Amino acid sequence: MNNSLLVVVLASGVAYGTPLLYAALGELLAERSGVLNLGVEGMMLVGAVMGFWVVQRLHATTGISLAAAIGVAAIAGAAMALVHAFLVITLRASQIVSGLALTIFAGATGLSSYLGNDLHLADNPARHSFHPVFPSSMQNWPIAGPILFGQNVLVYASWACVVAVSLYLSRTRPGLNVRAVGESPAAADAMGIDVTAYRYAHTLAGGALAGVAGATFTLAITPQWVDGITGGVGWIAIALVIFAFWRPELCLVGAYFFGALQALAPQLQARDIHLGPTVLWTNSLPYLMTVLVLVVVSSSGARRRLGAPSALGVPYVREER
Amino acid sequence: VRIERRLRQPRWLTVVVPACSLVFAFFASGLVLLATGHDPFSSYRKIVDAAFVSNGALGQTLISATPLAFTGLAAAAAFRMRLFNIGGEGQLYLGAITAAATGLYLGGSGGASPFVIAAMIVAGCAGGAAWALIPGILRAFFRTNEILTSLMLNYVAAYLLTYLIFNSESYWRQTKGFNATVFPVGKDLPSSAVWPGATIHVRGGITLPLGAGLAVVAALVLWFLYSRTRFGFEAQVLGDSPRAARYAGMRTRRKILAVMAISGALAGLGGASQDGDFRHTLDADPNGLQRQYYGYTGIVVAALARYNPFAVVLVAFLVGGIQNAGNTLQGADFPSGLVGVIQGLILFSALGGELLVRYRVRFGRRGVERALEPAA
Repeated sequence: MNNSLLVVVLASGVAYGTPLLYAALGELLAERSGVLNLGVEGMMLVGAVMGFWVVQRLHATTGISLAAAIGVAAIAGAAMALVHAFLVITLRASQIVSGLALTIFAGATGLSSYLGNDLHLADNPARHSFHPVFPSSMQNWPIAGPILFGQNVLVYASWACVVAVSLYLSRTRPGLNVRAVGESPAAADAMGIDVTAYRYAHTLAGGALAGVAGATFTLAITPQWVDGITGGVGWIAIALVIFAFWRPELCLVGAYFFGALQALAPQLQARDIHLGPTVLWTNSLPYLMTVLVLVVVSSSGARRRLGAPSALGVPYVREER
Repeated sequence: VRIERRLRQPRWLTVVVPACSLVFAFFASGLVLLATGHDPFSSYRKIVDAAFVSNGALGQTLISATPLAFTGLAAAAAFRMRLFNIGGEGQLYLGAITAAATGLYLGGSGGASPFVIAAMIVAGCAGGAAWALIPGILRAFFRTNEILTSLMLNYVAAYLLTYLIFNSESYWRQTKGFNATVFPVGKDLPSSAVWPGATIHVRGGITLPLGAGLAVVAALVLWFLYSRTRFGFEAQVLGDSPRAARYAGMRTRRKILAVMAISGALAGLGGASQDGDFRHTLDADPNGLQRQYYGYTGIVVAALARYNPFAVVLVAFLVGGIQNAGNTLQGADFPSGLVGVIQGLILFSALGGELLVRYRVRFGRRGVERALEPAA
C-alpha cells in the first residue's frame, strides 16, 4: 500500500514541497511589506551552495554541522536580499528588474556557480544530510507513515514556520505594522512606523528563508552540489505566494500541491507509465500548472480582494507622497 | 544626503551614467575576485584578450553578440511598454525549432537558397511570436502577470527542445548513421538552408553573419516604430501611464498583443539565426544552446542600453565579448560563474545609475539649503 503511486507521490510531494514552502513564506514576508523580490531563485542557490560548503568543510558532529549549515545558508540568502533591498528601498530602483538582476547575479550561471566551482564542491556527496526523524517502524505505518512520519526535521520545522508567520502577521504588533506598511506606507509612516526599516527587515527575513529553502535541496532532497540545483523552484515559489493569496497557511497547501506535481514526473517514468509524450508533459507540468493557477487567480477578479498588498512593488518616497 | 527628482534630464547623463555603471560593475566584480583569492587584473586582461584582442576573437564575439542583440531588442521592445517579457529564452528556442523545421523541409525538397532562408526567417519570427503571445493573451484578457507566465514557459520550451531531440524520434532528430545511435543529435540543415556570411580579411578573418546584419536592420525598424510612429507613441504612453492611455481611448489589449508578438518575433529571429548562422542543426545539447542563457542575458543588454535599440546593438557586442570570454576561458583560473556575476553586477549598477539620471543627490543640511533658496 505504501508503494502505491498516490502515497509515494504525496510523500515525496511533502519533501519536494518543503523548499517551496520556505521560499514562499520568505517571499510572502517581503511582499507583505510591499517589496516584490523576484530574486528568490538566486537567493536559494547561494543559500544552497553555502550550506553545502559548511557541511563539507566543517569538522563537527552531524547535528552541529547541519545546524551551522542552515544558519550560514540563511545568512547567505539574507546577504543577497540586502543587495535587492538597498537598490529598491534606498535607491528606489525598479523592483522587477532588480529581482531579475539578483537572479542573474546569484543564479545558476552566477555567484552560486562561481562559489561551487571555486570551493570545489561538485562531484562529492554531502558528508552529512538530513534523515527521517522517526523510527522506521513508524514510517511503515500505512499511508500516514511515509507521508507524515517519513520526513526530516526541516519538514517539521517548516510547519512551525507556517504557524509562526501566521501568528506573527495576525496577532502581533510588528506583524500588524508590516501589513500597514504593505497596504499603505504613507499611513504607516504617519503612525510613526519606520517604513524603510520594516521593509529592509522583511526583505532580509525573506532572503534568509530562501537561503534555508536552497539548503533543503543540497542537504536533504539531493545531498550534493550541482549548478542550478533548484531548477526553477524559486520562480514557482513566487507564483505560489499569489496562489496562496498572501496567506501562510495556504502556502502550505500550495507547496505540497506543487511538490506532488514535481514528484509525479520521476515516479511515472520509474513505473514505466506512458501517456503520450510522458517525459515532456510530466516535466512541464509544474510550470504549466503554475501558469494555469495564475490565470485562475487573476481572472477571478480583483486581486486586491484576494489579499495582494496595495503598495506591492511601489517604492515609498516620503517627499512624493 | 537628500535625493530629489530632476526636473530636466541632461542628455549627456544618459551616456555617462551607463558607462560609469559598467566601470562600477567591473570594480565590484573585481572585489568578488579579490575576496576569493584571484587576481582581478589578470582575469580582466584575459577577458579583454579573449573577447576583442586575440586572433579570431572578434569573430567569436560576434557569434555571441548576434543572439544577444536579438534577445536584447526583444527585451527592449517589451520593457519600454513596461511589459516584462522575460520569456526571451523560450521564444528563442521556439524560433529555433520552427526555423529548423522550415529549413529542413524546404531545403530538403530542393528550394532555392534565398527562398529557404527567407522562409526560415519568417518561421523563426512566427515561432517566437506565437510563444510570446501565450503570456500576451493571458495578460491582455485575464490580467495575468506576464513576468511569471513568460518565465514558466521558458522551462516548458526547454523541455520541448530536449524532448524533440532526446526523447522522441521527431522530424528534427537525426536517426540514421553511426553517430546518431551513440548520442542523440538533430538533423543537419541542407546547404541551401545555411545562412551566408561576409568575411572581412583582417586579424585572421572576421565573419559577419547574416544574423548580425538582420539585428542591425531590426534595431532600425524598432527605433522607427517607437520614435516615429503612432503605434510607438501609444505603446510608450501605455507604459508610462495606463490610465491616461485608456482615457485617451487607446486600445490596450491590442497593443499588449502586438508588443508581445514583436518582442517574441525578435527573440525567435535570434533562434532562427542560431540554426542558420551558427549551429546548422536544431541544437538541444544541454551544454550547447541551453547553456548560453541568451534570453536572460538579453535583459542585461537591454537595461544597460536603457532600451534604446541602437545602444542595444552596441551593448550586445560588449556583453557578447564577455560571454565569449566566458566560453573560451573556462578553466582553473577562470571560475565558471564569473560571467553571470559580472552580468548581474552590470544590471545592478545600471539600475542604481538610473537613480542618478532621474534624481539628483544633494549633500548638506536641509536648513542651510532652505536659507539659500530665493524667497518665493
